Amino acid sequence: MNPVLAQKKGTARVLVAVAFICLLLGPLLYQRFAHRSASAERQEEALRHYGMSLREVAADSGIRFTHTVPVVDAKLSNIAPMVASMGASVSIVDYDNDGRNDIYVTNSSPGSRNHMYRNLGNGQFVDVAEELGIADLNQPGTGVCMGAVWGDYDNDGYPDLLVYKWGRPELFHNDGGRHFTRVTEGSGLPAWVNAGAATWVDYDGDGRLDLLIAGYWADDVHLEDTPTTRVMPDSFEYANNGGRKWLLRNMGNGHFRDVTREAGITSTRWTLAVMAADLNGDGWPDLFLANDYGVSELYLNEPYAGGRRFREAGAEAGIGHSPKSGMNASIGDILNSGSEAVYVSNISEPGILVQGNNLWVPDGGGTTHYTNLASVMGVELGGWSFGAQFGDLNNDGYLDLYLVNGYVSGSPGSSYWYDFSQITGGNARIISDAANWPAMKGRSLGGYQPKHLWLNAGDGRFEEVSQAVGATDKLDGRAVALADLENNGALDIVVANQGGPLLLYRNTVRPSMDWIELDLEGRRTNRSAIGARVTVRWNGQQQVQQVVAASGYAAQNEHRLHFGLGPKAVIQSVTIQWPAGKRQILESPPVDKLLHIVEEP
Amino acid sequence: MNGTLTQARAKAGPKAGWGGRVLWFFSMENRFLAPLLITSILLAGELSFGMLESWGKLLLAIGTSIAAELVLGRLVAGRWPNLASAYISGISVGILVRSPFFWPYALCAGLSIMSKYVLRWRGRHLWNPSNFGVSAMLFLYPAAVASLSIQWGNTLAPMIVVWVLGSLILSRLRRFHICATYVVSFLALSWARSLITGNPWLADVAPLTGPMYQLFIFFMITDPKTTVRGWRGQCAVAFMVALVEAGMRLMDVVDAPYYALFFVGPAANAAEMLFGQRAKAPQPC
Repeated sequence: MNPVLAQKKGTARVLVAVAFICLLLGPLLYQRFAHRSASAERQEEALRHYGMSLREVAADSGIRFTHTVPVVDAKLSNIAPMVASMGASVSIVDYDNDGRNDIYVTNSSPGSRNHMYRNLGNGQFVDVAEELGIADLNQPGTGVCMGAVWGDYDNDGYPDLLVYKWGRPELFHNDGGRHFTRVTEGSGLPAWVNAGAATWVDYDGDGRLDLLIAGYWADDVHLEDTPTTRVMPDSFEYANNGGRKWLLRNMGNGHFRDVTREAGITSTRWTLAVMAADLNGDGWPDLFLANDYGVSELYLNEPYAGGRRFREAGAEAGIGHSPKSGMNASIGDILNSGSEAVYVSNISEPGILVQGNNLWVPDGGGTTHYTNLASVMGVELGGWSFGAQFGDLNNDGYLDLYLVNGYVSGSPGSSYWYDFSQITGGNARIISDAANWPAMKGRSLGGYQPKHLWLNAGDGRFEEVSQAVGATDKLDGRAVALADLENNGALDIVVANQGGPLLLYRNTVRPSMDWIELDLEGRRTNRSAIGARVTVRWNGQQQVQQVVAASGYAAQNEHRLHFGLGPKAVIQSVTIQWPAGKRQILESPPVDKLLHIVEEP
Repeated sequence: MNGTLTQARAKAGPKAGWGGRVLWFFSMENRFLAPLLITSILLAGELSFGMLESWGKLLLAIGTSIAAELVLGRLVAGRWPNLASAYISGISVGILVRSPFFWPYALCAGLSIMSKYVLRWRGRHLWNPSNFGVSAMLFLYPAAVASLSIQWGNTLAPMIVVWVLGSLILSRLRRFHICATYVVSFLALSWARSLITGNPWLADVAPLTGPMYQLFIFFMITDPKTTVRGWRGQCAVAFMVALVEAGMRLMDVVDAPYYALFFVGPAANAAEMLFGQRAKAPQPC
């Protein structure tokens, strides 16, 4: 070989080798040093840096609730911690219309009691579930509680209660905020649903709230007493052997009629979260289903033979292609663009299963199409994620995001991940039979995980600040709800943990930041105003929010809508688009106020 | 997972007649067979189950792989290389790497191709390129990368298609014994593992029924450039891969097959070269 050519080749080889080593290790070093999360700071420093700080005050506020998990059949004991891994829920409601947000939480072991923490207005809460008649809902043979959702189904001015279970769903009528009457019998509710989610929605615009209850396990499964171990999903990402959905039309006489099939809802996926909101801007509520073991589904509400019918459009909307483990559905106008993104949580475990959470941002341009921008915006990697909520936690005018993580915290230092990854990759015949799953033996699976609080920078990026501002727990988070519990314009955070204590993070926000809260009451529209769409315009910005019932995973936020406005805010207008069609405009309302707005005739 | 069938050079075109053409298609002379097979698997998986993270990520992996091969081939080897191998590496990375980000696809494809030009001994590259790339990514970047494990719906039909096609082609190429040895070894060792761990045997067998293993078995461990010569040697190496993998599995190593091949493959090649049983002349990348 020509010596000059050989020398050139030798030099090239050396250069390629150097480049190879740089490529191999360069990104690793960059990641190690560039992506450091904000570390814990003192409250004053967090307030100065991020405009907010959190302090966990549940016990100090009189809240001493620890969730207990469902008990499953001994045949499933090898993986009982996984099977019984749900049931901790939280919903915010002002059940007695005293102007203060109360907290309802579900329990899940047989005989355990749900709690209703009444807000006394002085930072203290007291459990009144027993005297209200909504505590004893885990009686043996009736299933176990999975969540609760509030809506005024009879338009009498007081929110009523649906408790959904892996078992018999229960409906309670609110008797003027003094007591609840169980009205399940004769209501038309199904006798048994292994429900993963439920919500109130007026899907046909008749002014009465209808019910959507979404099954998780197959309908014939009774986990506390099952004759078979073949109850698991038949695929980890394409399972279709979950529970059916129930769309129950409110007939106006306390009776609900099953209209699921005629309304076009056919899903039997493993649903864990539902969001009923107008996602395409046509004035009608659509349904977003976040499904475990598969793709999410989007049911668009369309006219049909003089009524309304849903059409599944997940694939054409871009959300129905890449199957993951959907466990949350919450919406927020994160770019102050007048349209709302949908956040779906999934599973991310380094080196084993990096699904990443989805932030479905509408493409705009009049189409119902979404693009997943979670990676671009920095809200992709959570952990074994469950509930998430959008809310302006530092009142800077942009919606932030709180996400809870953690699946099963077993023996510290132990891991079931290897066995989990082994079995879930197998054939349907193997994976669907719980008897084939290796025994967990007290090991952790995605346990002891930190939570995430992402502050919205307003430029399309989120910054992770959970540890810095005080969200430091590592419990197995399930449901999270946001509510102004002190009526001071700051969103507090309530977290329900599986097999763990209920947490209340009290939020302190920089006082110079303005805000406005709107509590809507329908007249021609359903009294809960569910479906109302509000646009606040201030300081050259705008933000849209909708009144919804269920939001996140097994959670319901406060009924009022909270808008952070930033400093020195001047509101130009508040526009309310009521579901019944009326558009109501408030010119120049004051800031730092809670306004009660009744639908104009 | 590279170049199982691309080793052969097309010495002649398809022979006359339909029978001849069919025989030629499934012959070692058809350098397009491997790319066609893996493209078929990819299309079938994507169209039936949407197995890809995205087309963009796949194209990025293929594009990076081909670009790296072109540049390095010209720069280091002084010639324009055959791109079939790079195409297979790119497509393998696109299927096997699971990440919500784009950069791992480019990085993994780049590392895979570069490993062929950098990690050489006695004129040969020791690692199967995509095995090296995927293993490196899984080890160095676990926060951003996982391996394919679940897609194709956990159903049997797509597996049967891959088994039939793969077995047919590998039989024609006289490499089926490598797959068979590995599968039999895996089954036997999984039984032994279940005895040790107390896990149900089906739990230990489960991975073998998933899509990742089909690609591993039919493309990665049979790569002619990074397997030893001789029927017995190949069977011994396949068994050793399964054995090392079983040991790693007992230590709960999730990506055991990649790492097992990562260690056993090069060691076997090196041993063969050391003992002079392999052609000493340097071979093209």
